[in-house]
Amino acid sequence: MATQVFKIADTFRKDAKYTFCPGCDHGVAIRLVAEVLDELGLRDNAIVAAAIGCSVTIYDFLNIDALESPHGRAMAEATGIKRARPDKFVFTYQGDGDFASIGLAESMHAALRGEKLSAICINNTTYGMTGGQLGPTTLVGQVTTTSPTGRNLEYYGYPIKIAEHIALCDGTAFSARVSLDTVANIRKAKQAIKKAFEVQMKGLGFGFVEILSSCPTNWRMTPEQAHDRVRNEMMEVFKPGIYKDITEN
Amino acid sequence: MSHIVIDENRCKACYLCIKECPKNLIKVSDKTNNLGANIVEFCDPEHKCIGCAMCATRCPDLAITEVYRG
Repeated sequence: MATQVFKIADTFRKDAKYTFCPGCDHGVAIRLVAEVLDELGLRDNAIVAAAIGCSVTIYDFLNIDALESPHGRAMAEATGIKRARPDKFVFTYQGDGDFASIGLAESMHAALRGEKLSAICINNTTYGMTGGQLGPTTLVGQVTTTSPTGRNLEYYGYPIKIAEHIALCDGTAFSARVSLDTVANIRKAKQAIKKAFEVQMKGLGFGFVEILSSCPTNWRMTPEQAHDRVRNEMMEVFKPGIYKDITEN
Repeated sequence: MSHIVIDENRCKACYLCIKECPKNLIKVSDKTNNLGANIVEFCDPEHKCIGCAMCATRCPDLAITEVYRG
């Protein structure tokens, strides 16, 4: 008798089909969020503050309440939702441009205030939806549509290491960086998302996960080459790991 | 008997699952779906599938909707 070891999470809308490009890791990240919401029994109690960018479409795929935010303001909106309804589980799902460029003030201050929120940030080193422009996490030397000769250090400076910055905030309970380049790392990513959700449920503080993800279309690569780039280039600069976990001691 | 179920109309032909299968049971099919993509198909005449769910974990489009082991 065969036992079922994989199924689509109940939180995932059965009629929904992803609208992402082929090979995009957003699909994996949203599936992991849906599975964790299922496992923690949060489906009826969760509210997601959707951001701007490819991440915005999360509300098309998950069977939970959602509110759309102006660009970069998802953490501010989530703060309002959580303070008005502290009984609800509130999280954001944002891209790196939304979380760490346009919304950096909102994100950092939510962490500094120790808001009882969880945030997922997809880092693909570019602005995906608008055509692959240079973003806050673009690697030095990386060619984008607005840096055709590569990111110039003299002119643009260094990329931001989000997970490390959030870990420095006193209000942060959990901050980690994970990757989706291999199946083993996808399973680790799920554990990190679960932890970031659990610290909010326990009322310990701000939970954050930065997910290194591929963008084959804007990187002009095949899905497989894009994962190689995540492994060989991105993970050299953005080291995966748990940067803060107050539940450890 | 271990096996997987593929939703043909979710497949976008990224072929990431093909490399993940430790038994090489997933192949590119001649068939196309309603997106015009050459979909993947599960070929396991000798029942080699071990139900590891690596393909389903990797698939970014939830095209592998169910995995059974045993």
